[in-house]
Amino acid sequence: MAKISASVFTSHVPAIGAALDLGKTGEDYWKPVFAGYDFAKQWEKEQKPDVVFLVFNDHATAFSLEMIPTFAIGTAAEYQPADEGWGPRPVPKVIGHPRLAAHIAQSVIQDDFDLTIVNKMDVDHGLTVPLSLIFGQVDAWPCPVIPFAVNVVQYPVPSGRRCFMLGKAIRKAIESYDEPLNVQIWGTGGMSHQLQGPRAGLINREWDNMFLDKLINDPEGLSKVPHIDYVREAGSEGIELVMWLIARGAMSDVNETKKGNAPTVRHRFYHVPASNTAVGHLILENN
Amino acid sequence: MSLDKPYTDVPGTTIFDADMSRMGYHLNQFCMSLMKAENRARFKANERAYLDEWPMSEEQKQAVLDRDLNRCIALGGNIYFLAKIGATDGKSFQQMAGSMTGMTEEQYRDMMVKGGRSPEGNRYTGEKK
Repeated sequence: MAKISASVFTSHVPAIGAALDLGKTGEDYWKPVFAGYDFAKQWEKEQKPDVVFLVFNDHATAFSLEMIPTFAIGTAAEYQPADEGWGPRPVPKVIGHPRLAAHIAQSVIQDDFDLTIVNKMDVDHGLTVPLSLIFGQVDAWPCPVIPFAVNVVQYPVPSGRRCFMLGKAIRKAIESYDEPLNVQIWGTGGMSHQLQGPRAGLINREWDNMFLDKLINDPEGLSKVPHIDYVREAGSEGIELVMWLIARGAMSDVNETKKGNAPTVRHRFYHVPASNTAVGHLILENN
Repeated sequence: MSLDKPYTDVPGTTIFDADMSRMGYHLNQFCMSLMKAENRARFKANERAYLDEWPMSEEQKQAVLDRDLNRCIALGGNIYFLAKIGATDGKSFQQMAGSMTGMTEEQYRDMMVKGGRSPEGNRYTGEKK
């Protein structure tokens, strides 16, 4: 059977992608950001996941206002990096895992989460920046990726509670798949940032670190934090952090039917700023 | 029955909800059209003529021509859509975000490097700093 071995959490700031693509990683401004991912790159080479289930959000790229799916699972064979107005990022195309994705879709929908199925979608920085950060600058991504897009652009976005419960349903779906795959689940976006209005530039170091602490030790409690707290404390775009609760909900220590042990914290990193945003990154191994 | 909107007293912040989205539909879809290089070229060649192809309000068109992002947001624009205008103009996300704060580009960048805007005094409208 397939197994979730670890969850990985990271911000997906577009300027990080630009810094990588334009060869600016050695600049003083960017050095501390990329240093925070050295561990992950090495760790990932040892982990060799077969598939990454990647929770991200589209930033008005694949989804305009014509259609706004709350939860969308990519079941396609491949996905092209999107042109977000600056031309597509020079990164490899993303290879999907249609068979596992279809299995997850079927299982999760039968578990009362009404997913949208997407068979054609370009993927923006929300998906490709995490891949670059964790896998490095490579000619081909080392494994297939199942993109899972969450609406965090038009309010109301799904609640933290809903995301956490969805993560549990995703775990159940993956663990009922009949191939012995090593699957990782990634939660991306955040941390505190606000990109709009006179309050743009908001950063809340204390709140972000509280979020990381609770994500590790009390995800159930964290899942009950209402949207308005994210907006007030972490900025209007800080609401992206609800997506981390999907990945956290897929870990075995919160599995109600067969409770595992608390995950091992393999790496934790926090840095301000990358462009307008606080960067957070966490690796949890399943036990 | 009125909707619960607990986010209207956050200073300097407009939450892009279903009502704003309805108001800003054509403005945001115009922005979306700038994802194509040929549309960017046509827009740059004659902004007014390009905007007139869209059923946007005169106020929305003027806000775009003025590159007044705060005004665009008040009229239903969403920052991820408006970012396409910035990309067309060759502006970074930091330049766009900074342009809404009343700070110069340099002041905004310095604020971010020093840890960003503090939440203290910025949580509720009218709150004492």
